[in-house]
Amino acid sequence: MNKPVQIKAQEPPVSLYAKREPVFNRRIDGKFRRIKWAIMALCLAVYWITPWLRWDRGPYAPDQAVLIDLAHRRFYMFGIEIWPHEFYFVAGLLIMAGIGLFLVTSAVGRAWCGYACPQTVWTDLFQHVDRLFDGDRNARFRLYKAPWTASKIARRLAKWSVYLAISFATGGAWIFYFADAPTLHQEFWSGTAAPVAYGTVLVLTLTTFVLGGFMREQVCIYMCPWPRIQTAMLDEKSLIVTYKDWRGEKRGSLKKAQKNPEEYGDCIDCNQCVAVCPTGIDIREGAQIGCITCALCIDACDRVMAETGRPRGLIDYATLEDAENEKAGNAPTRHMKLIWRPRTILYFCVWAAIGLGLLFTLGTRVHTGLTVAKDRNPPYILMSDGSVRNAYTLRLRNMQGRPRDMEIAIEGLPGAVMWTEDMAREAAARSLVRKVAADATQGVRVYVVAPAGSTDQSFDFSVQAVGEPGEADSSQAKFDTPGGE
Amino acid sequence: MADKRLDEATNTETVGHEWDGIEELNTPLPRWWLWTFYATIVFAIGYVIAYPALPGISQASEGMLGWSSRGQLDAEMSSAAATRAKAVAGLADLPIEQLPQHPQLMRAAVAGGAAAFKVNCVQCHGAGAAGSKGYPNLNDDDWLWGGDLKTIETTLIHGIRQPGDDATRISLMPNFGSDGLLDAGQINDVAGYVLSLSGKEKKSAATQRGAQIFADNCAVCHGDNAKGNRELGAPNLTDAIWLDGGSKAEVAAQIHHPHHGVMPAWGERLDPVTIKMLAAYVHSLGGGEEFAAPVAAEAPAADAAQETD
Ligand code: SF4
Ligand code: SF4
Repeated sequence: MNKPVQIKAQEPPVSLYAKREPVFNRRIDGKFRRIKWAIMALCLAVYWITPWLRWDRGPYAPDQAVLIDLAHRRFYMFGIEIWPHEFYFVAGLLIMAGIGLFLVTSAVGRAWCGYACPQTVWTDLFQHVDRLFDGDRNARFRLYKAPWTASKIARRLAKWSVYLAISFATGGAWIFYFADAPTLHQEFWSGTAAPVAYGTVLVLTLTTFVLGGFMREQVCIYMCPWPRIQTAMLDEKSLIVTYKDWRGEKRGSLKKAQKNPEEYGDCIDCNQCVAVCPTGIDIREGAQIGCITCALCIDACDRVMAETGRPRGLIDYATLEDAENEKAGNAPTRHMKLIWRPRTILYFCVWAAIGLGLLFTLGTRVHTGLTVAKDRNPPYILMSDGSVRNAYTLRLRNMQGRPRDMEIAIEGLPGAVMWTEDMAREAAARSLVRKVAADATQGVRVYVVAPAGSTDQSFDFSVQAVGEPGEADSSQAKFDTPGGE
Repeated sequence: MADKRLDEATNTETVGHEWDGIEELNTPLPRWWLWTFYATIVFAIGYVIAYPALPGISQASEGMLGWSSRGQLDAEMSSAAATRAKAVAGLADLPIEQLPQHPQLMRAAVAGGAAAFKVNCVQCHGAGAAGSKGYPNLNDDDWLWGGDLKTIETTLIHGIRQPGDDATRISLMPNFGSDGLLDAGQINDVAGYVLSLSGKEKKSAATQRGAQIFADNCAVCHGDNAKGNRELGAPNLTDAIWLDGGSKAEVAAQIHHPHHGVMPAWGERLDPVTIKMLAAYVHSLGGGEEFAAPVAAEAPAADAAQETD
């Protein structure tokens, strides 16, 4: 820019902070609204019902189908049980979720934001509560402006209690994923649940109350990082909610358009698209960060188009490329064709590869494990007969829901035998059998003694579930001697 | 009035500032953001009032809640003590020989002993209990005074060569060299003989002479076969372990003017339960003797899922 900027001495003070403009969105019915109801119902149902599903794992493990057992560090998901050292499963799922978001975003834009994001689901629910208590858009606006009379206060308090009740029932239900749901439910109401349960319910109820009841679109616009990332994920081939300005402009009322059909476009400037928008934006200004692609404005405008006898789709899901295409007078491309393109296929392949990798690992994992830690201080002990002893702490892992006998053996290290603290030294042998409780680990300190003259070397400890070929693991260990360095 | 206008790309008002063609857009922060910031300030002030925070010359402000890190430490210490007391309840009344019959208690005792060892014993015996020259290695199977639970406990209570303790065990090897009982050549011969018993020295005329000197001067304590005598704390000279070094010079030095280690009598300083735990720990290091038949086949309680990797 070459134009010099003149700054006048007296600038009116501009506030750095903007007051929130509350959104009073109108009720709308239509195809996308119904899809949203269905998805909301599905999400809430899955969320509520999941912890109550049972799954029989035998007497040694909890029978809750999905359980995050923090105290015992186990994660149960139907037939799958994840141990802490298998956290890569969880990491893998999170990576899949991330790539899944990339995939969805590049294919169908911010579908997650518009339909499935908890913030959207709760905002939607709470906006419905608003309508139940205060009426639709105009009535709500009037009430908002009205002075704080006793009746307004009463109505507000009543509405906020319903907010709270919903927050409690939805946010609070999260605790059932962390403990046996029926037991916790009973304990919760009888006042005997753990303090952390009450604390969690309190925190989640309050955050739901504040974020869903009051912050709403502010969360989407200012607090959530995802829209910023998404703007980078979107390209001209992503499906987003678009106002077709070449068709709508110039805006004019029905009357004007009838008088002057050449000059005016299809938009009758009725503002219905703005009135229904849950984030209070005007989609006719173009794609913007505030738009969560909930498609309610499509429902609203389609209805107006039907009433004015014009084709639907003045506001519609479209890609920028397709919008240009249509503008040039060509036929629109089918959406399905748009979704599958190199970029989305690549995302899908990466996503699927990780998924298959996880499934493969899950299918081939062994339920028996062994880790070995060698005593470093002292590294070796010279025994009176000249033999050398090293000590190791073995950890046997029984990832099966029943107690199992496990045989530990020394492989290599000629002439060496081992014994443990709780057996007589004379009974030392090349292999020992230990019983490991169901779904538990057991530490065993073993002494390995090798004949005089042994040298520093590596050998293996192996573990094998008795009577279960294939259920085995091994771990390398080092044997130190006085002769070594 | 500055050059206010709408930015074309975003339809946002500009504030009129421009640097190298980059214009500043007027995008005000939401006001709740400001209030959240104020709330954090209020919280900080409340925090400073409630908790010790403001530094003073000798002491920080105390805070309204009366909380202190020292107080918290005390609370945690006493709760740890209570936990420990529960785990080792009954240890006080149990004769130590019977400890192996109570695997649960045994495990708790070994764990407690390991902690007490780190406080009281590592100075001489080392963190891994491997000792060093003159300080016995407690991991091996060579015991000067006996290595069963009961004897270890006795050693702990009364010490070795501890002045002032009537029940302490004392033994003194004569200063064969410095008191002129043997001459240097004799000492060299007997050292060679002693080393030959464990194969560290070849048999020769010198070791032959040493054998005779040994029979005359040393066998009374170390035994005719040199296998030692635990009554006297006389070491076994035929094994591979040498407390004061196994080279010929070191053995000769020990004969010339012996070094006598002192083990303090811990009975004066530690309570009987701690001593029992220490004995159990030392016994568990791998050389403990007379471990009554393998502990009942009772499956060791799964050390719970809690302590998984
Ligand atoms: S709802 Fe449709 S016709 Fe009405 S203002 Fe919005 S775009 Fe124009
Ligand atoms: S502009 Fe339309 S799609 Fe975007 S948030 Fe508003 S109503 Fe939903």
